[in-house]
Amino acid sequence: MHVNENKCIGCANCIPVCPMGAIYIRDDGLAEVNQEVCVECQACYRGMSIENLPQQPTRFLRGVLAFFKLRFQPDPDICPTGAITRDELAWPRIIRRTFSDPLMPHESTGIGGRGTMEVKTNDVTGRVKEGDAGFTVEFGRPGIGVYFVDVDRVCRALVGTPVVFQPENPVTALMSDIKTGKIREDVLNEKVLSCILEFKVSIIEMPLILRIIEDATSHLNTVVALGIAIRCDSSGNDNVRKQLEELGFDAWRGKINMGLGKQTNLQSLKEIVR
Amino acid sequence: MTNTLHRLQRRDDPKDDYIIFALSSRGVNDEGAMQKEHAFLTVALKYDPINMAGGTKNGPIFRPEKHLNIFKLYLRGRKEFVTPQQLISEVNRPGEALVVFDRKEKLEGFLKEIKEMDLGLSINVSSLVDDVREMAPRTGVKPHSINYALGFRGDLYQLPDRQVLGLTTMCGHGLISSTFAKKMIDMVREKRLTAEKAAGYMAKFCVCGAFNTARAVRLLNESRNQPVSKK
Repeated sequence: MHVNENKCIGCANCIPVCPMGAIYIRDDGLAEVNQEVCVECQACYRGMSIENLPQQPTRFLRGVLAFFKLRFQPDPDICPTGAITRDELAWPRIIRRTFSDPLMPHESTGIGGRGTMEVKTNDVTGRVKEGDAGFTVEFGRPGIGVYFVDVDRVCRALVGTPVVFQPENPVTALMSDIKTGKIREDVLNEKVLSCILEFKVSIIEMPLILRIIEDATSHLNTVVALGIAIRCDSSGNDNVRKQLEELGFDAWRGKINMGLGKQTNLQSLKEIVR
Repeated sequence: MTNTLHRLQRRDDPKDDYIIFALSSRGVNDEGAMQKEHAFLTVALKYDPINMAGGTKNGPIFRPEKHLNIFKLYLRGRKEFVTPQQLISEVNRPGEALVVFDRKEKLEGFLKEIKEMDLGLSINVSSLVDDVREMAPRTGVKPHSINYALGFRGDLYQLPDRQVLGLTTMCGHGLISSTFAKKMIDMVREKRLTAEKAAGYMAKFCVCGAFNTARAVRLLNESRNQPVSKK
């Protein structure tokens, strides 16, 4: 992202809107985006309304009002002149947008957002089975952002444990070696709003993995949102929640797949019959 | 995506946040998914949803206005959202159809009706797990899989205060900035904005439509009476 200096009037409305705090006012009174901090999430570009005012008369009016100790005060979600502009991104910077802009689908999975369906479609995909604990470790959330070098650190901490990284996941797609969890060198210094590391272990191994994750994330320069996905038994119950509470985790909020999904595509039904 | 999972709330908070969404899987149940999502959203209208989104590039109900001008701004006034009917008419591709409710009874009625419709899409509810289990015998729907939210770890000192997090975590993709949420809290506290207006401004940044404006209004009004955060 960048701010078009031929349009910006320096009202500073875009500064609080940036989730990463990447926008600031330069010495000449115009806004600028710190490219190192920006994660290309498009929140400023997409979320702000635009008043389409001309720059020169608006700057003049602002100056006159300021002289009389009055303020030009657009609504807090408005960019008066539409000065925020998006850039064409090249590799590896485009990774920032792919992971941070929810409307940009991931090439590896074809899914937008963080690019994974985790157990949202488990009723038709069987991704997490009974007896599995499907971990979702979401780095940078809420609202802090993460460099892939931090993701790499946690992946390496899991080496030697029985975790199986989820193949249908954009972070796994960035690993140069899925066995060691090593993230490819050219993206390590890229920052994104958040990304989800996803892996599976047997429920028996869950306490061990939770300990490793707790330890590995305590040294990070960011935050993580931790989730565990499980498959319920035939009566809709599970005993994982009790285990989690015994281990000291609050597990009362969740996303619940209600099991109403079905194979309905004609082609897939034919394959089942065959 | 876990965009509705990690919303910051206390267990005994007022129960005003229920998200339900329908989605298809490529090659499994995506044939006719768009029409099914239409049906899902149309039925939701009966239950007075707070926010909605579907497979359209125009975004959810709350949208920024890109073509404002001086006349629209000062004579017509801001148009902060579109009607749910307009949103439904714009759905033109399979995606995630999402609806936010502010009461459990609404979710229960809707879930019951969706089960009877037998759409074949994967239906997920994001809320307190006990609430869904409690309504299961009445709706006839049992949990199949659960993704439990276990909270935040890492360098928690970087996080803003609870008032701000309550608002920002309602956009799971993180597009509502904590600085903007803090600005909205301050403007409501100073009576420069109504809580409803501030909630609408924030909702426009949440492109997936999961932001619960009713809950945001409650949190903003509550923050008026709470001490100013030192953070």
